[in-house]
Amino acid sequence: MRNPYRTQKIAFFFLLLATLLIVVPVGLIVVIIIQKGLPAINWQFLADMPRQGMRAGGIFPAIIGTIYLVTGAIIFALPIGLLAAIYLSEYSKDNLLTRIIKLAIVNLAGVPSVVYGLFGLALFVVFFKFGASILSGSLTLGIMILPVIITTSREALESVPYSFREVSLSLGASKWQTIRHIVLPNAIPGILTGTILGLGRAAGETAPILFTVAAFYLPRLPDSVFDQAMALPYHLYVISTQVPNVDEKIRYGTALVLLTLVLFMNLVAIIIRYKFRKKKKW
Amino acid sequence: MWFGSVHALKQVSMRIENNEILSVIGPSNSGKTTFLRALNRLGDLNQNYKMTGTIMFDQKNIKNMDTELLRRRVGMVFALPLPLPLSIFDNVAYGVRMHGEKNKKKLAGIVEKSLKEAYLWEEVKDRLNESAFKLSGGQQQRLCIARTLAVEPEVILFDEPCSGLDPISTAKVEDAMVKLKEKYTIVLVTNNVKQAARVGDRTAFFLSGELIELDKTDKIFTAPTDKRTDGYIRGKFG
Repeated sequence: MRNPYRTQKIAFFFLLLATLLIVVPVGLIVVIIIQKGLPAINWQFLADMPRQGMRAGGIFPAIIGTIYLVTGAIIFALPIGLLAAIYLSEYSKDNLLTRIIKLAIVNLAGVPSVVYGLFGLALFVVFFKFGASILSGSLTLGIMILPVIITTSREALESVPYSFREVSLSLGASKWQTIRHIVLPNAIPGILTGTILGLGRAAGETAPILFTVAAFYLPRLPDSVFDQAMALPYHLYVISTQVPNVDEKIRYGTALVLLTLVLFMNLVAIIIRYKFRKKKKW
Repeated sequence: MWFGSVHALKQVSMRIENNEILSVIGPSNSGKTTFLRALNRLGDLNQNYKMTGTIMFDQKNIKNMDTELLRRRVGMVFALPLPLPLSIFDNVAYGVRMHGEKNKKKLAGIVEKSLKEAYLWEEVKDRLNESAFKLSGGQQQRLCIARTLAVEPEVILFDEPCSGLDPISTAKVEDAMVKLKEKYTIVLVTNNVKQAARVGDRTAFFLSGELIELDKTDKIFTAPTDKRTDGYIRGKFG
């Protein structure tokens, strides 16, 4: 005979087990990286150039390079993504074509990042002759995070109740005024969250920058958008696999800096979302 | 009027007089709201919506009018209190601001006047900067009326404005409507037959997308010509 009480206990056990299976490895990764990386972190490590074939010194150029790339990607992707999202959610008619477009955009978010890298190489580096440069890398990263930004922005716009739009229109406001004064202000937190999640992804990806911008080692900082740059994820790859005898401390230190950067961005996104939920007025 | 293949409203022909309250009654799904939303072309927002026939307003076909201008002259109050996510003041000032008014003194004047007309001023005058969502349901609905008045329309469409309100708030909203009749033309869609009897000058009865009868409210409620009207107001079906 079935014992509902025992069934529940078994189900509970498996649910808990699944949760632990997720939490424990993540926790371990963070703990190990912090434990092994923290001793490497000091002012010199963050603000100095790499020395002795990257076996000593700091990772400053890689940090700067990542910041440049992420900034460039967002300058490119946010305006275009936001405008596309506004068009898709507010103006486009609901028909087969727009539904296919929306589906395609959602699916683009799942395309492996190395494919974007190859695309960036063909389009920006070779076809537009930007060479391997910050510009090419930023544009490639921008294209990679566009689907994320469009999808989250569209969801944020569509979550603004339809009735607000009707009210605004019924008062004689134009469609653009309605979007500008009613829809956008209420969608901004959601848009920001999506943007920051995109940023975090752009900061952490190696494949898209591999062919388009990343330099193995540069003795100086880039001084224009047409220069190559070092970047944290690629630097980590290089010192972990390509350069022999790099101190473990430096490798984990680099990983820690990258992890902190990405987690910090996600944290900002979470805080914004939390504040938004508390302030939500309807 | 059609929504996709659904024929929501058939063959309606009527005149709406200046400074009257025309109440529209009928069971749900009879096309009352569709009728109302045709008058300020809010129905157009639905992409499956199709309308044949003409609606003339001030001797002009509303199809040829600028929708923003039309909606400024034909205001609307919705079934549920729907304040915009703004402060009380900004809610009332919204329409006027959208039409380009920037002068703060003028805006303040308009807001005060509109809130007074909607019998809300005394209750909110000290908290104009609070979120409109802090008001009670009845206050919110009067805020919505004030917001519509601020634009100074000529016609106001009420879409079951009291369906979510308690009797006291309903009475307040009804008082406001009767008072507003002096300056505005009002079309009131209501599910509440008694409300139509209380405030309407004339009453129209819709059933399954057809206008069954339109006459003076007294006549509709005492001696309706059509048997179906009689049945509905006596509560035999609906």
